[in-house]
Amino acid sequence: MRDREDQTRSGPGFSRRDFLKGSGATVAATAIATTAQEITAEEATKSNVVSVKATEITLNVNGKNHKLKLEPRVILLDVLRNDLNLTGCKDVDDNTASGADTVIIDGKPVLASSRLAIQCQGQKIQTVESLRNGDNIDEVIAGFVKHDAMQCGFCTPGFVMATRAFLNRNSKATLEEIRKGLGGNICRCGTYDGITHCALEIAKNGGA
Amino acid sequence: MAEHKRTIAWKPRETNTLMGERVPRIDGVEKASGSAKYAADINPAGTLYARLLTCKHGHAKIVRLNVEPAKKVKGVHAVHIFKDVGGECRWDGELVAAVAAERPELAEDGVRAIEIEYEVLEHFVDEEDLDGGQAAKRAKSLGENAKGDVAAALKNAKAVHKGYYGIHTITHMCMEPHGSHCEWKGNDVLDVHLSTQNVSGTGGQFAGPLGLDAANVTILCDYVGGGFGSKFAADVWGLAAATMAKEAGRPVRLMLDRATEMKIAGNRPSGFGEVTIAADADGNITAWDSHHWGTNGTGGSTISLNQMPYVFDFDNRNRKATGLSTNTGPQRAWRAPNHPQLCAITDTAIDDIAAKLGMNSYDVFMKNLDKTPRGNVYTEEMKIGANLINWQQKWHLHGKGPSTGGVKSGLGMALHTWGGRAHAATCTVKVHPDGTVESLAGSQDLGTGTRTAIAITLAETFGLPIDGVKVRIGSSKYPRSGPSGGSTTVGGVSGPNRRAALEALWKIFDLVGAKYRLNPNDLESLGGSIWHNNEQICTWKQACSLIGPLPLEVQGEGAKNDGLTSSGVAGVQMADVSVDTETGIVRMNKFVAVQDCGAIISLKTAESQVSGGVIMSIAYALSEERIMDNKTGRFINADLENYKLPRIGDIGEIVVEMYQPDSEYDRGVVGLGEPPVISGGAAISNAVANAIGVRVPVLPMTPQRVLEALKGGAE
Repeated sequence: MRDREDQTRSGPGFSRRDFLKGSGATVAATAIATTAQEITAEEATKSNVVSVKATEITLNVNGKNHKLKLEPRVILLDVLRNDLNLTGCKDVDDNTASGADTVIIDGKPVLASSRLAIQCQGQKIQTVESLRNGDNIDEVIAGFVKHDAMQCGFCTPGFVMATRAFLNRNSKATLEEIRKGLGGNICRCGTYDGITHCALEIAKNGGA
Repeated sequence: MAEHKRTIAWKPRETNTLMGERVPRIDGVEKASGSAKYAADINPAGTLYARLLTCKHGHAKIVRLNVEPAKKVKGVHAVHIFKDVGGECRWDGELVAAVAAERPELAEDGVRAIEIEYEVLEHFVDEEDLDGGQAAKRAKSLGENAKGDVAAALKNAKAVHKGYYGIHTITHMCMEPHGSHCEWKGNDVLDVHLSTQNVSGTGGQFAGPLGLDAANVTILCDYVGGGFGSKFAADVWGLAAATMAKEAGRPVRLMLDRATEMKIAGNRPSGFGEVTIAADADGNITAWDSHHWGTNGTGGSTISLNQMPYVFDFDNRNRKATGLSTNTGPQRAWRAPNHPQLCAITDTAIDDIAAKLGMNSYDVFMKNLDKTPRGNVYTEEMKIGANLINWQQKWHLHGKGPSTGGVKSGLGMALHTWGGRAHAATCTVKVHPDGTVESLAGSQDLGTGTRTAIAITLAETFGLPIDGVKVRIGSSKYPRSGPSGGSTTVGGVSGPNRRAALEALWKIFDLVGAKYRLNPNDLESLGGSIWHNNEQICTWKQACSLIGPLPLEVQGEGAKNDGLTSSGVAGVQMADVSVDTETGIVRMNKFVAVQDCGAIISLKTAESQVSGGVIMSIAYALSEERIMDNKTGRFINADLENYKLPRIGDIGEIVVEMYQPDSEYDRGVVGLGEPPVISGGAAISNAVANAIGVRVPVLPMTPQRVLEALKGGAE
């Protein structure tokens, strides 16, 4: 709490004293307190300093808002997997080197283990689960099956998301572009050949 | 009833509609869409998450350990001690304690709160250093034996080559780390979602140490994120998860962190060898003399003595092996145990003696196939491979090819063998009165496509579409199946399923024959109908309605010597590489793998197995190795950034050619998992030697090792 008060006093272009002055003497004390606290919290976010304690945040995942109470150190990967049970986002526990945790945030491929959950408030998070609705599946998933671009399957959803994001931005990619563009993901079983053929075929058809 | 028509066999090859075809794997959408649940994904409400405290020294004794502070950390519910005060940690990463908490980060807080002090002890980790190992009293003889007269053969030889070859330790690096989710159902019943390649065999490993009835433990594994030979056991960390779950009264999920996974959950032993090889003027290899060494951890062993030299059995041969005991995590079976290392020492020496004779190495390999157990198959496969990689046009004497801006290209080949006999397994095949078919087995899908192989077997037998059968694997409550190791699974599951399905089909034919007054032995089931001399008698559904109110259930068993499965494969691999002589970087241009495996059930997944094996070979040939720090005794690249695996742009063009003449189909099913990962290392090493004219002796051929070899070659 002390941190937050200090922050409020030194906040740029705003001081609580000024606010209280301007709010007028007729406003009820409790109302003033609430408003002041809200502004304080907003200011704290702006200046990138937050409490280490669990706070309530809202994440927009696959078009749905989820309210969660989390410590700020919690990474998006753990929230998706453990709190929201969206386990298509895989935990390879690799310091973000494998790409198995690839999600799409505001249209860009992002490794879920590289983001704190609180950083993702107000952003549109898309997981691999959004590419399937019953029998209705994204063309990238269909292509992975067609080209058998999987073995054990653990890296596969991350690769599907990386491919989806790559093709969204490079709808007519060449073989060389695919080999560079999908270089952020690792497969141990050795399914790269099928993935390459899948991406190339979709790109030849316009990347849909 | 003419019983003689009812023999167990695969269908005549030309009548197959699914078997041997490229059928998409039946669980492909589940895997690609993230719907497939692995042990690491099991997440019922109340699950606690575990984190580990591991030893940070190569060798140490624990002199103080206090876990009480961890128990006081918010959200921590259980602490487990693997090694207490006085315990010896024999390698970096050895488990000391585990903490289970409400959230992973709270478990990490718990681990950080543990107080520990070590007495650091002497370590030895340099597995290539034979002299150092002997000086440190870490070496022991693993034997030596001889046949023929090597000395005389060397004297009479046209050419003699002395070479040094080796291959470093690599880890399994399963993308899903080892681990489990353990949940108690009452006091004495335990459900374990285990990341395992041994669904039917691990229940007892939990029950025994935990004092439970084995019948009360259920192992569940719908999907496993890689195993490669390292996931056969419950493991101490599995038992710890169960123990903490009991203590906390909550389910616990304990997956190894990446560094610990690499340090303690399995590796492939290293092998380094001095070889003397000799040949006559025609290229016949007349003598082999080798001494190899390496490590498998504190056990102090290395790769097999009695399989050296690999595949080839030379008339005059001495061999000797020495094991080094190092402070490194213990070995586990790694896809084709021993074979890739033996091949990397043998087929490289053969390539070098060919160079010494001034001969095309293809011709020397061909010349010596009479010293292999499958000469005819190797001959055919070599011809196919040479054609696909354009060997005769592209091959040149070592180092004599053109150089384009310092980049030189080369070709290399190597060959391998494996057994692949079906494991012992059972299954239950049910045909329901509504015509649906179901198969149950306590098997697992390591990535092979186990479900798809079973589905093809059943659909082909019953004449149904692939989605007309439901395949259930991944529970120890299903009929006992074998562990997936040693290329035994596809033979292991397809044999029992074919046998049970045939028996079920014959019973249905009896019912149809009785109803329609036809000889049941003249009936066929194809395309969802029962046929008699090309006349449709009834639909499959109508036939199954004759079963009665309860399902028809047949148990299948294997392995049997009825021709459905057999063992023994060959396999030839060829590599085309470019080497930048300024940077030492090796690029894969093209790789050709020609592989036999008897009768193929699922062609698409078979080709994937081979392609995957090739890519794993590229990994250990060019970039992947465990790096131990001599000073600290620690495994210093135990993460995916510094433990270099190839990416999608690093593999070049891969050509997979399944060798499948009728003679192969007639052998029955043979396993395929191991063979394609064996000879790639030697083939790529030979291609690099062909390109630059000097041998890069030790795999992986990192830029540094290539540059060192070039420097040495120029001196």
